[in-house]
Amino acid sequence: MDLAIRNGRIVERVDEKKAEVIDASGMLVMPGGVDIHCHIAGAEVNSGRLLRPEDHFRDVEVKTAVTRSGVGYSIPSTFTTGYRYARMGYTTVMNPSMPPLEARHTHEELDDTPMVDKATYPLLGDWWFVLEHLRDGQIEECAAHVAWMMSATKGYAIKIVNPGGLEAWGFGRNVKNLDDSVPYFNVTPREIVRGLCKVNKLLNMPHTIHVHTNNLGKPGNYITALETMKCVEDLAEGKRPVIHITHCQFCAFKGSDWQTMSSGAEEIAKYVNHHDHVTLDMGQVIFTDTTTMTADGPFQYGLYNLTGNKWVNHDVETETSSGIVPFRYKRKSAVHATQWSIGLELALLIKDPWKIYMTTDHPNGGPFTAYPNIIAWLMSRVARKKTLGKISKRARRKSLLPSIDRELSFYEIAVVTRAGQAKALNLTQKGHLGVGADADIAVYGINPEQIDPSKKYKTVRRAFRRAAYTIKDGEIVVKNGQIVKSVFGKTFWVDVKTSLPMEVNDDLKQKFREYWTVEYENYPIPDRFLHFPAPIPVKAEV
Amino acid sequence: MITLSPKHIFKVPVEAECISPDVFAEKSTKEIAMLQIWEGNRKRTIGDFFKIKHGTDSSSEEITIRISGDVGKVRRIGAGMSIGEIIIDGDIGMHLGEEMEGGIITVAGNAGSWVGSMMKNGTIEVKGNAGDYVGAAYRGSTRGMGGGTVIVHGNAGNEVGCFMRGGLIKVYGSVGEFVGIHMRKGTIFVQGNSEGRAGAEMTGGKIVVCGWVPSIVPTFTIDSIRPKVKINEETITGPFYMFFGDLAEDGNGRLYVSQTQNPHLAFYEKYL
Repeated sequence: MDLAIRNGRIVERVDEKKAEVIDASGMLVMPGGVDIHCHIAGAEVNSGRLLRPEDHFRDVEVKTAVTRSGVGYSIPSTFTTGYRYARMGYTTVMNPSMPPLEARHTHEELDDTPMVDKATYPLLGDWWFVLEHLRDGQIEECAAHVAWMMSATKGYAIKIVNPGGLEAWGFGRNVKNLDDSVPYFNVTPREIVRGLCKVNKLLNMPHTIHVHTNNLGKPGNYITALETMKCVEDLAEGKRPVIHITHCQFCAFKGSDWQTMSSGAEEIAKYVNHHDHVTLDMGQVIFTDTTTMTADGPFQYGLYNLTGNKWVNHDVETETSSGIVPFRYKRKSAVHATQWSIGLELALLIKDPWKIYMTTDHPNGGPFTAYPNIIAWLMSRVARKKTLGKISKRARRKSLLPSIDRELSFYEIAVVTRAGQAKALNLTQKGHLGVGADADIAVYGINPEQIDPSKKYKTVRRAFRRAAYTIKDGEIVVKNGQIVKSVFGKTFWVDVKTSLPMEVNDDLKQKFREYWTVEYENYPIPDRFLHFPAPIPVKAEV
Repeated sequence: MITLSPKHIFKVPVEAECISPDVFAEKSTKEIAMLQIWEGNRKRTIGDFFKIKHGTDSSSEEITIRISGDVGKVRRIGAGMSIGEIIIDGDIGMHLGEEMEGGIITVAGNAGSWVGSMMKNGTIEVKGNAGDYVGAAYRGSTRGMGGGTVIVHGNAGNEVGCFMRGGLIKVYGSVGEFVGIHMRKGTIFVQGNSEGRAGAEMTGGKIVVCGWVPSIVPTFTIDSIRPKVKINEETITGPFYMFFGDLAEDGNGRLYVSQTQNPHLAFYEKYL
């Protein structure tokens, strides 16, 4: 089968005599990879870079004729991030958790991340106005406000991190379950998740709400994850998902403390297998030295207490919090090894690959450059067994992996690494090779019809590490794992058209004056600020 | 023996991690001359800067590099070396023997900062003074010197043994501030004085100061007065005040400070 490309799109046919031809016979051809969740830009990533000079020292990229130099292993500099994604055949990357106040910074960094299309999700789960509207039950007003926020921050989806917990963290507290009240707002995490889920539907947003659950990283939190999924069950219509639980591995812990901590993947997989309203991503852990960074301030404080490592914690005014702690996942640690196991268990026990996507929650579980290793684990029992042999005995005894025979096919890998993610994001031109799709294509130097990935997992891993070709918008950007051309991708943002004019009332302006360090007039990002904006017009129901 | 003599005075810093017995082993004079080094932001070769004299044939085990002349602007000499010996007749720049795994480095003159940073094994001996961060960790890292020995006959700068995890640092002169900061394990011996804040944030290991210290960090607690202290096989006679700390880090490091040189610390004795 031939693929024809013209003007950056896949078309029916082109004139073969005039066209440049790539012979990809005997190779694996996939749409360009899509990453639904990885922290690559913004204030917290940059603070992480400042915090970790030793991370740069270990990993240096030398300048070439087409690429810039760069540094960083778990938090590479922006240009290096783009190059490394392109080398693995990825062409679309989503940056989650942008504090709205830091939107300008985030977009500046995204504009400096070459090779990939990108978008970013503003954090709205602990945003004061959202909390106030939801407390008063004003869903439509809340929707109009979120619509304004999307355009003001040039965001793509509603990100919710530890709903309610981040606001409580401003007072040194946290919320313990979905019905715990947020101090001074008298609203519960359940109301926030449900409210924003309704808002998401009213606005016809392309992606669902993107939720980082309460109690993340605490033993026994799989119950919270299940409750979060259940709490929006009745809002689903048909088979369309309404909630995305991100880096699910971190919220699939069973047990009452770290001693008894075990995997809750089975329960979560069982629920997801029976319900269509939820999608997940793995948040796989890699045994390496990495940097954890989330907007979940209390969680990061807990991590600091656990490791005693250097740390950053920050309260972003009225919006959210954040924290950064360097972290090393060790094979011989029972907890870390169990976490490694949970991620893979989730991906293997959830039958439908369209419901769970491959991520490491870069850099929280490990750097994105480890994706080929995860592909090898997912495709090969032998690869899993080999790593199982090296991990903590206690974790090995408890792991469900030895009992799982499933090995993903190349088709399923294509789903978990691109098609599923593009579908969840509703990026209709990504994640497939049909006519009309963007000509973002990855070609890997293995023959899927001949190779047995179960045995030859090392060959597969190598192939996914260095794409034979990466084509971005119809141009060859990577050849044999080398960048041959540096291009800049677009930045998607959702331009919500509401029938109510999105006028900002005096009350909001007054509050900006009282509570923010930035004046209302300087807050929104103008369209011309982005170098390559790609607004996606959406008609809202309000 | 391979002798390197600088052809001219260095004006800008030179990064020369390839000057190491591991790299030079089994290479001819011509091959050594072609090895790449950086002068500022320009790629150069060893041959551009040094005259190379190859002595009688040497097996890789016994390979010795002698640098005669002033290389005070040359950095990272002996980085990662595991065998052989480097002898430097003059001064040497920063990062000498960084991440060294074995072998011997001897400096007749002074050494820059970061001598033996992150080293794992081997011996470095500096006859003159050393700069700051002897045996320290790379900036931001918590993995300082893990083993081996650094001996400084002159003075050393600030933060000697920062994040040290093992091995021995001996300074026969005085040290600057924060000797043994963040120290986890290992031993630091200072024959001379310390400028203060010795052992701040240490959680383990041993620091011995035979000279004067301005004061002890308040998060240290006095344990006893010891007549002598052992450093590997060597015994140093005191008497010494022995402190435990740093309690702010829940640490269990030991700080020995000479009693006779520090009469102003006598008030600690009432807590014994």
